[in-house]
Amino acid sequence: MRRIISVLLENEAGALSRVAGLFSARGYNIESLTVAPTDDPSLSRMTIVTRGTDNVIEQITKQLNKLVDVVKLIDLTEGQHIERELMLVKVVASGGEQREEVKRLVDIFRGRIIDVTDSTYTLEMTGNGDKVDAFLQSLAQVEVIEVVRSGVSGIGRGKRALSV
Amino acid sequence: MQLTGADIAIRCLQDEGIDFIFGYPGGAALHIYDALYKQDKVKHILVRHEQGATHAADGYARATGKPGVVLVTSGPGVTNTVTGIATAYMDSIPMVVLTAQVPSHLIGDDAFQEVDTVGITRPCVKHNFLVSDVTKLAETMKKAFYIASSGRPGPVVVDIPKDITAQVAEYHYPELVDMRSYQPRTRGHTRQISRGLDLLLGAKRPIIYTGGGVILGNAEAPLRKLVDMLNYPSTSTLMGLGAIPASNPNFLGMLGMHGTYESNMAMHDCDVMFAVGARFDDRVTGELSRFAPNARIIQIDIDPSSIGKNVSVEVPIVGDCDMVLSQMLEQLQGRLNEIDRSAIDQWWEQVNSWKSIDSLAYKTNDDSIVPQLVVERILEITEGEAYVTSDVGQHQMWAAQYYTFEKPRRWINSGGLGTMGFGLPAALGVQLAFPEETVICITGDASIQMCIQELSTCLQYGLPVKIINLNNQYMGMVRQWQEFFYDRRYSHSYMDALPDFVKLTESYGHVGMRVDKPKDLNETLEEAFALKDRLVFVDVITDPMVNVYPMIAAGKGHHEMELAPGQEEVQERELA
Repeated sequence: MRRIISVLLENEAGALSRVAGLFSARGYNIESLTVAPTDDPSLSRMTIVTRGTDNVIEQITKQLNKLVDVVKLIDLTEGQHIERELMLVKVVASGGEQREEVKRLVDIFRGRIIDVTDSTYTLEMTGNGDKVDAFLQSLAQVEVIEVVRSGVSGIGRGKRALSV
Repeated sequence: MQLTGADIAIRCLQDEGIDFIFGYPGGAALHIYDALYKQDKVKHILVRHEQGATHAADGYARATGKPGVVLVTSGPGVTNTVTGIATAYMDSIPMVVLTAQVPSHLIGDDAFQEVDTVGITRPCVKHNFLVSDVTKLAETMKKAFYIASSGRPGPVVVDIPKDITAQVAEYHYPELVDMRSYQPRTRGHTRQISRGLDLLLGAKRPIIYTGGGVILGNAEAPLRKLVDMLNYPSTSTLMGLGAIPASNPNFLGMLGMHGTYESNMAMHDCDVMFAVGARFDDRVTGELSRFAPNARIIQIDIDPSSIGKNVSVEVPIVGDCDMVLSQMLEQLQGRLNEIDRSAIDQWWEQVNSWKSIDSLAYKTNDDSIVPQLVVERILEITEGEAYVTSDVGQHQMWAAQYYTFEKPRRWINSGGLGTMGFGLPAALGVQLAFPEETVICITGDASIQMCIQELSTCLQYGLPVKIINLNNQYMGMVRQWQEFFYDRRYSHSYMDALPDFVKLTESYGHVGMRVDKPKDLNETLEEAFALKDRLVFVDVITDPMVNVYPMIAAGKGHHEMELAPGQEEVQERELA
C-alpha cells in the first residue's frame, strides 16, 4: 500500500538525517520525501511517501514517533486528503508546429509555460502523482531535456489538521 | 555565576549527582579535563581505551540504575566509543557520553582528530546533540540526562566543540526540562489493563515471559507479587534474569536458544503469553513461523515500537513495567477467583514433566574441568550474592544457566549487541559502584583479550574484581557452531598462541592463578575469592570440546529443542 505520512519535527540541524537514516537503517522504502519550515519557524513539516504492508507502516509510524525530534505525525492516507506535486519540465520546442502541440498539451493539463527560448519551453505542472505522471506520458512525442519533481506534499481535507 | 563551557559541563555533572566519570583525555577535551582537575566532587576514572570507558559506565549503570557517564576526546576518542555506545543502545542502558569536538570554525575542514561525531553515532544513540552555543550547554546537558534516563533508556551523546568549552556564560542548571517532542508515557491504559487481565485470568496454559524491561524499570516487586498471586509458570530472557528469584517455584529458568527445556516447551504450548518488558528477540523466539502457535499475547512495554514488531499482540499495553504491573495488581486482588485452577494444575503437571528431564544436567570427569562445574562452584562459594559480568560466547551462556540469580541487576552482560570485551570493563564499573561487594567477570580466552588493557585501570583504582577465565583455547561458541553446522571445519576459531594469562596478570600487578585438574578446582577458587582486596585472574583450563546445551538451532521452533547427547533417552522415559 502507498502511504503518505506527514511529520512535524523540530527545525533542528540533523533532524532530516535522523529520519532519512531511520528509513535506510531499517530497510523501509521512501518514494519521496519533502521538507521545509512551517509558519512556525521552530517547526519543519515533512511529507514522506512510502510503501509497505500494514505491519511495516505501523512500525514506520512508531519508529518515527520514537525519534526525539519528531513532535507529531499523521498518516494522511488513513483519511480524506489532498496531495500535490510540482513538476518542472524542459522540452525542445523549435518548430512552429511543435511549439503549438506542447502549448495545447499544457493547456489540457492546466499547466503553464514559465520560460521560453527560441528552441525550448520550460513547463510547470501541479497536481497529484497520477496527473503529473499522465502529463509526462503525454509528452512522449516531445523531446524532453530535463524533468524536476518536487515530491509529494499533502494536507488533510476539511477540519483534519496536523498542528501542535 | 559566569563560568567557562568546560566548568559548566562539570558543574552540570555535579548538580546531576554524578559520582564517577569514565574517560580518556586528548587535545579537544583539554579544557574540560582542566575543569575536572579543579574540583573533587566528580571522580574521573582513567581507562586505558575509550571502549573500556563506555563498558565501565555501562556496567555501572546496569548495577546501580543510575546513568553512566563517559568523557572522551574528538576523532579516535569518539570512534573507539562506538562499540560501547551501540552495546548500551541495544540493551537500553542509560548513558551520557560527552565527546569533545574540534573548534567550531574547523568543523567540516577535515581538521586534526575530527570526525562527524553526531553522524557516526546517530544510528546507535537514543539521541545526540552538537552544542553550538555555550549559553545552551547547561540546558542540553539536562536534556541529555533526562532523555537517557526516562522512557526506554538509552545512550545520549553530547558533542562539545573546544571553543565552546572556553567561552563564558551564566550558569544555571534547570531542574526540569519540558520537551514537546519527547513525552514518554508511563501509565498504562486502564481499559487495556482490564482486557489483559481478562485474557490472563481466563488462561488454561499460561506463561509469564519477562525481560530486561523489568530490570530497567525496577519492576521486580510488583512482578514477584503478581507471579506469586497467579502461581503461573514464569520464564525470563537472558536480560531479565534475577527479576524473579531463580529459586521461586514458579520460575522455569531462562528461555530461548540456550534456555531450559521446560521454559521453551511451555512457551510453545501456552494458550496465553504475558510478555513483560521483553521484545521477542530472535534468540528468544527461534523461527517466528513456529513460535507459540496457539498463544494469545498480552505485552507490556514502554516503547510502542517494541510491541507488534516481530509477533502480533492481542492486548498491547504501553507503559512503564513497574507502573502497569502495579495498576494490574490493584485490579487483580478481587479477580483471583476467575482463575481456572484445575486447568492450571493440569498445566503444571505437564510443565513439571518437562522439568523432570533436567535439561541442564551435565557430565563431569576426573581428567578435565568442565566449565559448567566451574560456574556452579563459584555460585556456591559466593552464595549467589555476587555481581556477575560476562563477555560473549559459551561462558556467557553457562554463567546465565548455572549462576542462579536471586536479585535484579546482579547479572551484567551484553545481550543485544553481543559485545566481546564487555566483561572486564563492566566489572570495573560495578566494583566502583559497590566496593564492598564481590564482583566476578566470567569470561573466555578469546573475549578477555579484547579489553584486557583495563587490568591496568583496575590496579590504579584498587578494584578487586575476580576474573574467571574459562579457557578452552577456542572461540567456543564459534567452534560449537562449526562442529554442528559446518562439518567440523574449525575455520579460525582456534586461539593459537595464547598468552600466559598468569604472567600477564602478574605483570599488570595483580594475582594470577591457573588450575587444570578437577581435584584442584575448589581449592583454587576458594583461595582466589579469599583474597578480598586483590584482583585475581583465575585461568581455568577446561575441556575444549564441551558444548552449550540445550539448544534451539537456527530455523527451529521452541518445541524442536535439542538436548545434550544422552538426554533424549531421559526425555523419552519421562514423557512416556
